[in-house]
Amino acid sequence: MTETSTSTTGAPAAGEAPLLDVDNLKVGFATEDGMVQAVDGVSFTVKQGEVVAIVGESGSGKSVTGMTLMGLTRGPNARIQGSAKLNGQELLTASDNDLRKIRGNRIAMIFQDPISSLNPVYRIGNQIVEQIRAHNPDVSKHDAMEQAIDLLARVGIPRPRDRARAYPHEFSGGMRQRVMIAMALSCSPELLIADEPTTALDVTIQAQILEEIRTLREQTNAGIILITHDLAVVADIADRVVVMYSGRVVEQTTLDDVFYDPQHPYTWGLLGSITRVDRDRNTQLPAIPGQPPSLLKPPAGCHFRARCPFAFERCTEVPPLVSHLPDAPDHLDRCWLDVERKRAVRNVDGEIALLNAKG
Amino acid sequence: MSENTEDVDQQTAPAGGLSPVGDEEQKHGSVLMEAEHLKVLFPIKSGLIIDRTVGHVHAVDDISLSIFQGETLGVVGESGCGKTTLIRALVRLVDSTGGKIKFRGVDITKASRHKLAPIRSEMQMVFQDPQASLNPRKRVSQILATPLSMRGVPKSQIESESRKLLDRVGLNAEQLGRFPHEFSGGQRQRIGIARALAMSPQLLLLDEPVSALDVSIQAQVINLLDDLQHELGLSYVFVAHDLSVVRHVSDRVAVLYVGKMMELASSDVLYGKPIHPYTQTLLAAIPIPDPRENRLRERRPISGEVPSPINPPAGCRFHTRCPFATEICGQVEPPLTDFGNGHLAACHHPQNVTAEEIAAAKRSPLSPIASGDAIPGDAAQA
Repeated sequence: MTETSTSTTGAPAAGEAPLLDVDNLKVGFATEDGMVQAVDGVSFTVKQGEVVAIVGESGSGKSVTGMTLMGLTRGPNARIQGSAKLNGQELLTASDNDLRKIRGNRIAMIFQDPISSLNPVYRIGNQIVEQIRAHNPDVSKHDAMEQAIDLLARVGIPRPRDRARAYPHEFSGGMRQRVMIAMALSCSPELLIADEPTTALDVTIQAQILEEIRTLREQTNAGIILITHDLAVVADIADRVVVMYSGRVVEQTTLDDVFYDPQHPYTWGLLGSITRVDRDRNTQLPAIPGQPPSLLKPPAGCHFRARCPFAFERCTEVPPLVSHLPDAPDHLDRCWLDVERKRAVRNVDGEIALLNAKG
Repeated sequence: MSENTEDVDQQTAPAGGLSPVGDEEQKHGSVLMEAEHLKVLFPIKSGLIIDRTVGHVHAVDDISLSIFQGETLGVVGESGCGKTTLIRALVRLVDSTGGKIKFRGVDITKASRHKLAPIRSEMQMVFQDPQASLNPRKRVSQILATPLSMRGVPKSQIESESRKLLDRVGLNAEQLGRFPHEFSGGQRQRIGIARALAMSPQLLLLDEPVSALDVSIQAQVINLLDDLQHELGLSYVFVAHDLSVVRHVSDRVAVLYVGKMMELASSDVLYGKPIHPYTQTLLAAIPIPDPRENRLRERRPISGEVPSPINPPAGCRFHTRCPFATEICGQVEPPLTDFGNGHLAACHHPQNVTAEEIAAAKRSPLSPIASGDAIPGDAAQA
């Protein structure tokens, strides 16, 4: 598997039409206290066989983005604008009927907490059979069950024939997440949205699940959106990274560029905040000061301005998400700072971090 | 109930007890707290009318360790390894089934509520979920006033003391009148820490204190804990499943697996030279937030899951998943072996050690009572 992870950076050839094209997506929710702009103009693409990680803290809008693609945020109080096309088909305006055919079939989703995504009173096997037959009514119950058992075996569940008759509570957390992956596999989706798929799991199980996701990518060549707050997981599996802060994309580029040439101060802060298992103890972490802003009343201009030690007058205007690097036109960031200055100030004791940021 | 626990303690404790004497003590300062062969077994009841005990959950199964003044002891392991039960047993939130707990040399294993009160004020807990551990109907001022008045702070000074506490944990003193829900997760965790500090403790037992927080907030709270330790000379027991965080905060780290201690070493030694295959497995499973290094790393994803603590495997508890396991591992529980410099590991097939280190290894007095006598060195000589 070391071999596979080395090859992951080789993103699909350029010029290929993207599998998913999200353009200026805006999601707002009307609340008693006013409009919460959870997602504020997010654009990104996912190609076939590519893992795009959406990274951000709670409230950054990363989960809302994923759920909106599945049509899960629709409601009387939600205002959804922009466009999201899956192989040319618009998802945001698709009818409920069309969405039903897409969900679970062309787009599959894995959630953080698999116990709440599985029905506690149905046997595991029957739940997979239900999904297979919902999208493919011609399959007989018996054949669908055989498929389900086969799927459970593929995701590494021992004694799949017996385990198909078990209920969700009889599975451990890691095994339940495998069941979710088996269900995602059942219809060979074009796109998989994994929302914090390993956050609730122990590290050894996390490694196993990430391995399953890699296998799924290889077997189905599906595009994968990985929503997570864990940069270590991102470094392990992603090809490209979208960094979100307070509803907006602040930086978007390849995996290596996010770690070795990050352009946005928030990304520096995130990188500096991580404790690393391969580094000796140093006294203080260069943490980002302050808290993320309220989405009810976000500050005018750059949302990160209040926590950014380098903010200046111009930051009251919203910076555009553009490339500032001539040799990397796909490396986008939302910051007014000069590139040379950025490269100088982000260096803190030889590592990338947000300066004078002791919390 | 025996009232004079001190007397009893003096009679029963052999000279030195289990605490490592000599160089360990000199290096780390005085021992604050000790657990000797601590066991916590939870009975499993069954039966309609008569409750029969049909088995036990072996949450903590014969663990011995010392906590030194001013140090941070990290405790890591997967879910169900007994790390939370261990620290809850140390503060007597759950009763132990066997073994001894000593605080400053005083046996508190069976101490009465009355006797325990002054000792409890010296050891305070901080919990994982600050939302659940703060009373939603009390203002911060009330949350802090309770421990302050228990400590005997006069009423007139409670407000000024509370303000000082909030200031110390990096919150605005003007926020005293607010309710917990008006704070963010990181701020709530700061309130939890302020509440623990209100008793002016010597020892803080931190149960996953940062795992519910976002990375940037996590870093702030870790820095705060670090500052407080330097300012107040506190000792910490830091329980977490995140090995990166534990490496960052700990002086020494104990690795637990299904109720047993697998390895104990100073932080840099444990992460640099893990002896126990389980520790190696854990470390190898963690992705590194560095794509290039990640690609270079050799990975051996381990199969299987943590066995049930109701029927733990015989012998070494890790043998069912261990790549080096042989016949003996399923039969004889390995003793904790001292490979020098206080680096202990309970394994029949220690990794990363030289032949000399194996030859010089000694059976540690912290070994579980039921463990075998043969240490890896004996096998090498035979």
